[in-house]
Amino acid sequence: MASDGSIRDRVGDIPTPEFASIPLTEAPPLAEARVALVTTAGLRAAGDVRLWQPTDGSFTVLPGGARDVQLSHFSPNFDRTGFAADINVVYPVDRLEEMAAAGEIGSVANQHISFMGAQFDATFSTILLDSGPAAAQVLLDDDVDVVLLTPI
Amino acid sequence: MGVLARILEEAGIATVGLSLVRRQAENIRAPRFLHGEFPLGRPLGKPGDVEFQLDVIRRAFSLLERTDVPVIEDHPEIIDDEADQAATCTLPPRHDPALHPAVDEAQGLRSAYNRQLERSGGRTAVGRVADPDQIGDVILKFVTLADTASMEAAGFDSDTVRAAGQDIRAYYEEAGLALSDHVPAARQLESWFYQQTQTGPIIRAAALALEAAGEDRNTWYYMLPGNQQG
Repeated sequence: MASDGSIRDRVGDIPTPEFASIPLTEAPPLAEARVALVTTAGLRAAGDVRLWQPTDGSFTVLPGGARDVQLSHFSPNFDRTGFAADINVVYPVDRLEEMAAAGEIGSVANQHISFMGAQFDATFSTILLDSGPAAAQVLLDDDVDVVLLTPI
Repeated sequence: MGVLARILEEAGIATVGLSLVRRQAENIRAPRFLHGEFPLGRPLGKPGDVEFQLDVIRRAFSLLERTDVPVIEDHPEIIDDEADQAATCTLPPRHDPALHPAVDEAQGLRSAYNRQLERSGGRTAVGRVADPDQIGDVILKFVTLADTASMEAAGFDSDTVRAAGQDIRAYYEEAGLALSDHVPAARQLESWFYQQTQTGPIIRAAALALEAAGEDRNTWYYMLPGNQQG
């Protein structure tokens, strides 16, 4: 089995919060949508050399034009060479810009958001009550109506 | 990530997530996921492959029309990591016998690291606690750590030892990219570094020494990938 297979087996059923309902927002037509990326890859803007701490539920705002973002996730348990070679394999900003230029999506947000996944806090209380809604407000203030979420 | 999807949906933003661990996507009950059985670390599947990445995004965006949630669709292509087939990058010959072999090796890889740095427009993951000129010094700290199992003797704490391990790994993997004629499959350069270089086994030995000495698991376990610790 590939190394990732054993990790998937190990983390697949890590306890998650239980929710009674599934929230749903209707998306606008894609050609009119303003799209942002929200990643849990633990990215940071260039020059910010801090590694993400495993209990840090905060988020970082990444300027839409930045391509020198850093992979700052605390965990060593995934391939890092794909991102080193091409950030779009995790954080597809160039693909979104190309889709906007082609009219496939309406526009790309001025800024994107990164959290860090694999949080040690299985209750996600900071993200649920504080940083998550704050990040949503950052996106709403930029008139974002569609988000593509990417893991690492 | 599914938690974030739920928060954004509640705030009035439609979401679709890329999934790499299907059972997690199933358990969190967020509205829309495209699952890709792709390597961890490569959620768009293939670095440098514009058409493949666009295909992933288009498949994901097509789920935005769905209201029969939760919906999880699978990308039809499966891509495995290849940790069991280490990349075959040529390592530099011994150059300065006065240096520790690992430090000599790291210095010998500097031109390759610099080529990748130029190729990436200056983007590098090296620099958490050491810049490229300091990699040799940090390697020697891991030599001390492997020999003594003493964080104090090595000059580390639990944060800096993880960051230093990431700096050294990034230095080697970025050099390895320059030494490869294509982007290797996921984890091939990881296996090359931890199994075939002088330096990788020193980091593994340091982690094992800390474990044996009873150091906190969160310190030694996250110094290198779990699959490279055996």
